[in-house]
Order: sequence, then C-alpha cells, then structure tokens
Amino acid sequence: MIETVLFYILAAALIGFGLMVITRTNPIASAMAMVGAFAGLAGLYAMLNARFLSIIQILVYAGGIMVLVIFVIMLLNLEPEDLQRMRAKGFVVLLALIGVGAAIVSPMLFCVIPNKDWANGSVSPEFGSMASVGAKMFADHLFPFEILSLVLLTAVVGALVLAKRKL
Amino acid sequence: MDILFPITPTHYLALSAILFGIGTAGVLSRKNIFVSLMSLELMLNAVNLSFITFARIHGDLTGQVIVLFVVAVAAAEACVGLAIVIALFRLKENVNVDLFNELKD
Repeated sequence: MIETVLFYILAAALIGFGLMVITRTNPIASAMAMVGAFAGLAGLYAMLNARFLSIIQILVYAGGIMVLVIFVIMLLNLEPEDLQRMRAKGFVVLLALIGVGAAIVSPMLFCVIPNKDWANGSVSPEFGSMASVGAKMFADHLFPFEILSLVLLTAVVGALVLAKRKL
Repeated sequence: MDILFPITPTHYLALSAILFGIGTAGVLSRKNIFVSLMSLELMLNAVNLSFITFARIHGDLTGQVIVLFVVAVAAAEACVGLAIVIALFRLKENVNVDLFNELKD
C-alpha cells in the first residue's frame, strides 16, 4: 500500500516537474524544476532496489551537471527581452506534446500495458548495493569502464578547446 | 481500477515512456538552447528509469551498471554541449536556436 502511494506521489511530482522544465520562460526556473525531477527519479530508483544509483543520481545530476548548467546560464546573463522572445508558446508546446504522445508514447504504452502481470520477483537484500554493483561492473564490464575514462578525458579537453577564447 | 494498483514494473515503464515524451516535446518546441539541453537530459533519465526497472524485473545488475555508464556519458555530453553554447554565444550574443543557421546557405 505504502509503495502505491509513494509511487503515485513521485510520478506526479516527476511529470509536474518535467512539464515545468519545458514551459518556464526563465531557464533558471527550468533548471530548478529539473533538480526536483532528479530528486523524484532518485526516489523511484530507491523503490526499485537501486540504492547506490539513487545516491549517484542526486550527487552527479543534481550536484554536478545541474550546477554546471546553472553556472553557464548565469554566466551568459541573458536579457529579459531575449528570454521573452524564446518563451514557450502554449499551443506549440501542446502540439508537440500531442504529436509526441500519439507518435511515440502511446505505441510504447500499448506494448507495455498488456504485460501488467510481470512479476516483481524477489531479489536479495544485497541487490543494488554499492558492493554488488561494483563487483558486477569490475567483473563483467571492466573494458567499457576503462574506455569511459578516455571519453571523459576527451570531453574535458574538447570543452576547453571549444570554450577558450584563444588557445 | 485494478490497472492502477498494485504497482508493477509496468507502471514504471509507462512512467518512463511519458517522461521520454515530455523530454522529446521540450526538444521539439523550445527555442532556448538551455531548455533543449535540459529536455535532452530528461530523455536520458527516462531511459535510465526503464533500464533500472528491467534490472529489477530480471534480478540482473547489468542494467544498473549501464545506467552508471549513461550517467558518465551524460556528464561528458553536458560539458561539451555547454562549451558549444558558450562558443555560439560569443558569435551571436544570443542563445536562440533560430539564429544558429550558418550552415544553411
């Protein structure tokens, strides 16, 4: 019972914050709504026995990526008139939501809803803990993990090259 | 009513689909490049949610490991994307996507 209530609270918050992200005129308001959406997602991850990932979601997304986004938004310091020119136009957003809902979401829902008997199954209490995720990652996915360090290095150098005025 | 509860993995997948749809609509309908980037993050997160749901269904941690990788790639993407925004802002003094049409003609 408690799971049902929690799920619907988090789902409503997630959809509400998601809609706020795409409708606010001020990008800072969008970013704040995004942080709320990440918190809701972290709660859902915790309900799905992914404890470690729910912490990572808050730390990396809310604490890292969104701070970077907010830094850049404030750094560029856009004029209010420019923001007004780029504000969400109600019927365009509505049209996009309806179009995407008809073209992408409803086919997905029609595939998903009939299988509602999927067992939740039971998993060991260790499932999703930091130790078990780490053991899985370093046992079976070591090579992708190492490649990821190269990806991050490339991204850092690339971002520097792109954003620096003079090299 | 019995479609609404008890909560099954299907509900999580449906929520993930809806969230992906909201993100797509944001990318398609907004002119502000920051909002487009954030909608992109929203889509990535929707996919992460279904990865974690499938990990739970199958009792297999591979889904959660992939989510960790996706988070790292999303961080790289955000960092390069924002660097591109800064470079474009220097060029145009604006972040309206309609103004970035150098390659058109």
